[in-house]
Amino acid sequence: MRIKEHPILNFQPGKKVAFTFEGKKLEGYDNEPIAAALVAAGIKVLSYSLKLKRPRGFFCAIGNCSSCLMRVNGLPNVRTCIVRLEEGMVIERQD
Amino acid sequence: MKEYDIVIVGGGPAGLAAATTAAKCNTSILLIDDGLQLGGQLIKQTHKFFGSSEQFAGIRGIDIAHNFIDELSHLSNVEVLIQSTATGYYEDGILTILEGYNGNKLIKVRPKRLIIATGASENMLAFINNDLPGVYGAGAVQTLMNVYGVIPGKSVLMIGAGNIGLIVSYQLMQAGIEVKAIVEALPCIGGYWVHASKVRRLGIPIYTRCTLKEVRGKDEVQGVTICDIDNKFNFIPGSERELSVDTVCLAVGLSPLSELLWQAGCEMTYIPELCGYVASRDENLKTSRDDIYIAGDVSGIEEASSAMLEGQIAGLNAAASLGLYHENYQKLNHTFHKQLAELRNNTMSENIIRGIKKATLVEGGSHVCSS
Repeated sequence: MRIKEHPILNFQPGKKVAFTFEGKKLEGYDNEPIAAALVAAGIKVLSYSLKLKRPRGFFCAIGNCSSCLMRVNGLPNVRTCIVRLEEGMVIERQD
Repeated sequence: MKEYDIVIVGGGPAGLAAATTAAKCNTSILLIDDGLQLGGQLIKQTHKFFGSSEQFAGIRGIDIAHNFIDELSHLSNVEVLIQSTATGYYEDGILTILEGYNGNKLIKVRPKRLIIATGASENMLAFINNDLPGVYGAGAVQTLMNVYGVIPGKSVLMIGAGNIGLIVSYQLMQAGIEVKAIVEALPCIGGYWVHASKVRRLGIPIYTRCTLKEVRGKDEVQGVTICDIDNKFNFIPGSERELSVDTVCLAVGLSPLSELLWQAGCEMTYIPELCGYVASRDENLKTSRDDIYIAGDVSGIEEASSAMLEGQIAGLNAAASLGLYHENYQKLNHTFHKQLAELRNNTMSENIIRGIKKATLVEGGSHVCSS
């Protein structure tokens, strides 16, 4: 979900881009990080913890906490909160 | 390999102020930041700053960031690298940087002086299910809603009534998101009353001596239990209340992001008043190493106005230590120090001043004439 009206800020969305998450087609903007586009699309679980497989969500937004590490175009451990979304990206939860 | 007079790690308020100040001293500068854009926390701060006009009073953080970024773009002696993480500063004087998409490009540079302005990271809090999606750091909530216009959740419990907890609660309401309550473990509100009054006027309850006991939910936050606590921070049985929220926002303090300083071998001290391990420094923010300066939250958790002044002091003096004096060096250095002292001249800064005293290197003093 996205903010529609704001008393101070005027959001300027970038170019609309299509990407896939776990095989599902989604849309976001090319001026936002991958993880923000996922949250906007209502996806809260970005990864699972290694040992206990507990769900992990968006947490720090500065590339520090490892909660949002995902596989992007086949490359694992991408810090999706600080990598910009691009057209055609293939995003997956990593094992 | 490229050499620079000054490399600045961190493009938040401290790093930006350091870069623009040092740039006026005829230095070659590289400014690096690991984010998608420069500005650090400033780009998510929609509130107007306090203080005097020199400290950007009345201007919103986001506009301060844009002004700095605009100024930098006109300076030919400053290079900027974003989405780049400084990973180590080695004995041969080389700083390694991983650039770009998942850090797949290694860059090596040789700085004559390094200014570390890496800022801070948010503290975690122990409670049941604190790892569930829907539990966010306050900075992350600000990034989502104020930078990208994305709604983090529909209904929020804020943990912490310091300035960050209060300001972010107000910003959530501005974005049309409900804040159910603010809980604060201490007996009183930690932030400025002006911020507390704003959220109270919106009808958000602030519960003091109260904390989050448990988050419920399977794959995401579905509700919380808050509970009163006694003088020893123990839960008071029977005082539990359940709230229906889908988001928990943590504003329980910050810790300096000091890994590079540790790795580079700077003398580090644990100073509770400054919220963690910080580098010992002289009054012009030079660490125990002659080639490394610090500025902003990494030198002790404070706020953006003081971070910018520290950036100016570090930038000015790092340049001066290379013999590259600003034409008004004495006057400017005096002014920056005076402004910083004025900013800290209030009861809320007493702790910070005590902490800085403990962290200040007494012997040796500054390498340049101190005025």
